[in-house]
Amino acid sequence: MKILVCISNVPDTTSKINFTGDNKEFDKNGVQYVINPWDEYALTRAIELKEAKGGSVTVLNVGEADTEPNIRKALAIGADDAIRVNAHPKDAFFVAQQITAIAKEGGYDMILMGKESIDYNGFQVHNMVGEMMGIPSVTPAFKLDMVDDSTARLEREIEGGKEVVEVKLPFVASAQQPMCEPRIPNMRGIMTARTKPLKVVAPVGGEAMSEYVSYSKPEKKSGVKLIDADNAGELIKLLRNEAKVL
Amino acid sequence: MSVLVFVEGLNGEIKKSSLEAASYGSQVAQAMGTSATAVAIGEVHEEALARLGEQGISKVLYDADDRLKQFVADAYVKVIAKAAQQESSKVLVFSNSNIGAAVGSKLAVRLNGSLATNVTELPKMDGGNFTVTRGVFSGKAFAQVNLTSDVKIIAVKKNSTEIISNAGNTATVEKLSADLAESDFAAAPKETVMQETDGGVLLPEAEIVVSGGRGMKGPENWHLIEELAKELGAATACSKPVSDIGWRPHHEHVGQTGITVSPNLYIAVGISGAIQHLAGVNSSKVIVVINKDPEAPFFKAADYGIVGDALEVVPKLIEAAKALDK
Ligand SMILES: Cc1cc2nc3c(=O)[nH]c(=O)nc-3n(C[C@H](O)[C@H](O)[C@H](O)COP(=O)(O)OP(=O)(O)OC[C@H]3O[C@@H](n4cnc5c(N)ncnc54)[C@H](O)[C@@H]3O)c2cc1C
Ligand SMILES: Cc1cc2nc3c(=O)[nH]c(=O)nc-3n(C[C@H](O)[C@H](O)[C@H](O)COP(=O)(O)OP(=O)(O)OC[C@H]3O[C@@H](n4cnc5c(N)ncnc54)[C@H](O)[C@@H]3O)c2cc1C
Repeated sequence: MKILVCISNVPDTTSKINFTGDNKEFDKNGVQYVINPWDEYALTRAIELKEAKGGSVTVLNVGEADTEPNIRKALAIGADDAIRVNAHPKDAFFVAQQITAIAKEGGYDMILMGKESIDYNGFQVHNMVGEMMGIPSVTPAFKLDMVDDSTARLEREIEGGKEVVEVKLPFVASAQQPMCEPRIPNMRGIMTARTKPLKVVAPVGGEAMSEYVSYSKPEKKSGVKLIDADNAGELIKLLRNEAKVL
Repeated sequence: MSVLVFVEGLNGEIKKSSLEAASYGSQVAQAMGTSATAVAIGEVHEEALARLGEQGISKVLYDADDRLKQFVADAYVKVIAKAAQQESSKVLVFSNSNIGAAVGSKLAVRLNGSLATNVTELPKMDGGNFTVTRGVFSGKAFAQVNLTSDVKIIAVKKNSTEIISNAGNTATVEKLSADLAESDFAAAPKETVMQETDGGVLLPEAEIVVSGGRGMKGPENWHLIEELAKELGAATACSKPVSDIGWRPHHEHVGQTGITVSPNLYIAVGISGAIQHLAGVNSSKVIVVINKDPEAPFFKAADYGIVGDALEVVPKLIEAAKALDK
């Protein structure tokens, strides 16, 4: 089974978010980048399936050279090889076009992604790729198993419940917990990752459909009003009469 | 040229998040000098559809195909595309739900449109630009984005739009048929399992959320969270470690790697307020924190707080909530 796992390079979850240049650009200063946490579920599940059924796991990132440390990390976790489409990922539509081009060429059985990037919070690339390729996209899935060599069984979350879906290969799915326990690289993985192939390819033409013009930050809270624990019931009155939320 | 809004039903009624999308769509339509049409799929009562007039919808197109009762992306996309074509719509509005965002993403490809998900404000239209504001960096910022394509698709973040209600206004309801083929249902779910809510409130739709963390000490104390939630008409939620150790089901876990909620009121009990937890709740309008440690980081993000032992404080809150006239 050939599996393609798409990973996004995102600011670490603890990053302070700031903007520069008149709030027109994200300030990368001092920001640590990680593999998008959701994508780690996709990657680990892909490796588990490969270990059980044979095949290969290829990781794909659409990004500039500064994403390579995290691509290497994915190789250290257990992917076999990697592709980086050398382009500034302008927006989701552009990224989806690049992923689709690679996926079509590679003939993958399964294209796995994370549910959502934690920076641009789009929750869209997987469904776009499914549509561009004309294959099913099952998102967000929290369970993924093979029924037989050509059919997978997934459970996906819908508001207020879940759906059980069976799809034929090939398909796209996005992962969320508790699909698996994301792995971290071990020493051997880190050593072998250095020599695993990482192919850099040029982007196919493709346009962005949106243009980010500026950023803003939420208003700061004015500070917490503390209520004495012995008088806790007072809180409920404040919520009704002052905050007007009850 | 009407603005098209996709509305989702649940148990015959229209979901709250879809009433928000309808309100959003009708305001966009008004600003553009046109009308708003809704497209409904699945199991919704006709009266509920007509009542969308209260949110400013003039017309509802309804595809009553039985097979659409459960969500099948390809079939839904076809129905909405048909409605968009019929209405010559250039602006399509969805709720940023798992269903809405999925269908919106696929339509963006099919109609070659600009998609913005997680949208928090009405668009600004000036100088030929169509600019929306959307949440980015997991609640830590907003971005203003120009939608540059002719077709614009907007998925509205839950609980960020006031529901308009012009009592008495009704929408006309028309049948729509997209002539769906068997192949449109190829990826239909084998089975759909809805959570038992015991008459309670679904977390993604909730206006009030009572959430517990490791400070609750164990599942045996969760009846306190549940009881407070019941008194307030709230949904229950939890922090990640709580669902990881199995005290609560995974679908209750909020935060960066769980679900994002933006209720009017979020009550956090025995949760430290780690940045990854805050990412899922920081757009709540009012935040209450109950924690025995006055240094807990969550207090910095809170509007109201009580420093004290949850097991003593929560029963007092339940008592006070019971005393409220409802
Ligand atoms: C203004 C702007 C500036 C940006 N600057 C940078 C930058 O400097 N460096 C950078 O690396 N990215 C940058 N990005 C790209 C961004 O991280 C995303 O790749 C892209 O915008 C899609 O995000 P999304 O939130 O819509 O993805 P979602 O739809 O939420 O993502 C779902 C899944 O798709 C996959 N995916 C998403 N993006 C990629 C990708 N690029 N490659 C492979 N798989 C992916 C992942 O599996 C992810 O979990 C920028 C985006 C914008 C809008
Ligand atoms: C990549 C990544 C993603 C993550 N995603 C998420 C996520 O989506 N959601 C999430 O929640 N976490 C997430 N986490 C974990 C997060 O960092 C914290 O570890 C977690 O939120 C802590 O949960 P907690 O507050 O319940 O527990 P703790 O941090 O252990 O806090 C318990 C709190 O309870 C208080 N307390 C103890 N006893 C009492 C009492 N009797 N009465 C009142 N208060 C009491 C303590 O003072 C303490 O503040 C993520 C972490 C990483 C690294």
